[in-house]
Amino acid sequence: MMSKTVTTKLLGSMRGFPSHRMNYAQSAVARELIKSRELEKDDLRPLYMDFQATTPMDPRVLDAMLPYQVNYYGNPHSRTHAYGWESESAMEKARKQVADLIAADPREIVFTSGATESNNMSIKGVARFYKSKKKHVITTQTEHKCVLDSCRVLEAEGFDITYLPVKTNGLVDLQLLEETIRQDTSLVSVMTVNNEIGVRQPVEDIGRICRSRNVFFHTDAAQAVGKIPINVTDWKVDLMSISGHKIYGPKGVGALYVRRRPRVRMEPLQNGGGQERGLRSGTVPTPLAVGLGAACEIAQQELEYDHSRVSMLANRLLRKIMSEIPDVVMNGDPEQRYPGCINLSFAYVEGESLLMALKDVALSSGSACTSASLEPSYVLRAIGTDEDLAHSSIRFGIGRFSTEAEVDYTADKCIQQVKRLREMSPLWEMVQEGIDLKSIKWTQH
Amino acid sequence: MAASTAQVLSLYRQLMKESKKFPSYNYRTYALRRVQDAFRANRSVEDPKMVEQLLNQGRDNLDMIRRQVAIGKMYPTQKTIVEG
Repeated sequence: MMSKTVTTKLLGSMRGFPSHRMNYAQSAVARELIKSRELEKDDLRPLYMDFQATTPMDPRVLDAMLPYQVNYYGNPHSRTHAYGWESESAMEKARKQVADLIAADPREIVFTSGATESNNMSIKGVARFYKSKKKHVITTQTEHKCVLDSCRVLEAEGFDITYLPVKTNGLVDLQLLEETIRQDTSLVSVMTVNNEIGVRQPVEDIGRICRSRNVFFHTDAAQAVGKIPINVTDWKVDLMSISGHKIYGPKGVGALYVRRRPRVRMEPLQNGGGQERGLRSGTVPTPLAVGLGAACEIAQQELEYDHSRVSMLANRLLRKIMSEIPDVVMNGDPEQRYPGCINLSFAYVEGESLLMALKDVALSSGSACTSASLEPSYVLRAIGTDEDLAHSSIRFGIGRFSTEAEVDYTADKCIQQVKRLREMSPLWEMVQEGIDLKSIKWTQH
Repeated sequence: MAASTAQVLSLYRQLMKESKKFPSYNYRTYALRRVQDAFRANRSVEDPKMVEQLLNQGRDNLDMIRRQVAIGKMYPTQKTIVEG
């Protein structure tokens, strides 16, 4: 472990470098010090504060799934024997549980392998079905990668895609959306709750606008389902993607809600034996579907309890951090958000160094630091975050199983490490002396 | 057979005793907290049918907790930082 004086001297010798180069230097030092590795037998496990990446399975979900992994292993599409019938019955029960959570009809639920597949299916499927008359699709710049990538594929097929910019608080501009809808727009896709900054889009208004202009509305609700109350009829949503492993269910399963009245037509992505109304052929994995259904039922029962608890813990974390250290920015609208996803930018601290320093806590940063280009997250760029702040952002995720002790530990460690890293930062020194960093003319050596 | 206070208390004690056995810190704290909050929230329920239904739910949950504790013990892992 390099001593503090050596590190300070090393960073001090880099005076005169522009600020983004300074951050790179800080992170290069951090990367040298810590090599990533799996936990040793005697290590203590880090706290899990990354609930947006994935969630642990609720014990009640595992309990519901196990019989179907052990004894009730029939194919739900086998029509001729008890193994098939009991498996099918479990699958249909799960379908109802998923439908009840979003106030839909069970016939409108299609089981898929996850939200990524659901997103691909809806965007490509709907656009391609209506391509003879409608060639325009609208989405936002802060969507999940799978949505943006599907749109890119459509562009290569000759479609016109508009990637709507968002306001600095992360929300879509409804006026701009209305102006962008054309006669030949077939689909609008806007996610309900963003996975990086936690903002909640005005889906009811977007649904109203789309319905009035006869455009299908798809929303990626992977981070919203089971966390906020959802009603697909009130919201006028036509397609909705659901992910199992974001709501304490199993990984590898998700669902797609496809409205029946008015009917949404789409070209299936996966062809075969015609299962799932022909929209998604393939054997439905009964244990996973049962798990997803159980997770949805539990989420519906626990929604209020979880929401108030997560809000309380999030406020606790925020208050602690904001009151102890200055120059911390929360990315995304402070009101229109899901409380369990907090994205903070710590000025004058490099994000990856902070993550490495917080190795006792499982967190994620808002920038793709692992990529060779060190590009900041496109979501943060879309909301207009300064490049420096984008590199310094950390996402805190709080969920059903988070405890006060974990939140307190995370806050204390974070405060401690931010103070330590800032002490090492020549930029911070300059700011303390009252120098305006934007006025400095950096020179190359 | 009307449910008595003794039955409710006995179920509560059994649930708390079993929940303490969860090897996973997060599952353990959640179970203890959730059981306590659920019994508190339903403290003033009068209707005997409702009480019976809630007790049955509690008993099902007790069985579930027993099974999941056993599974957790079969696949042990290290403790988390806040426990150590």
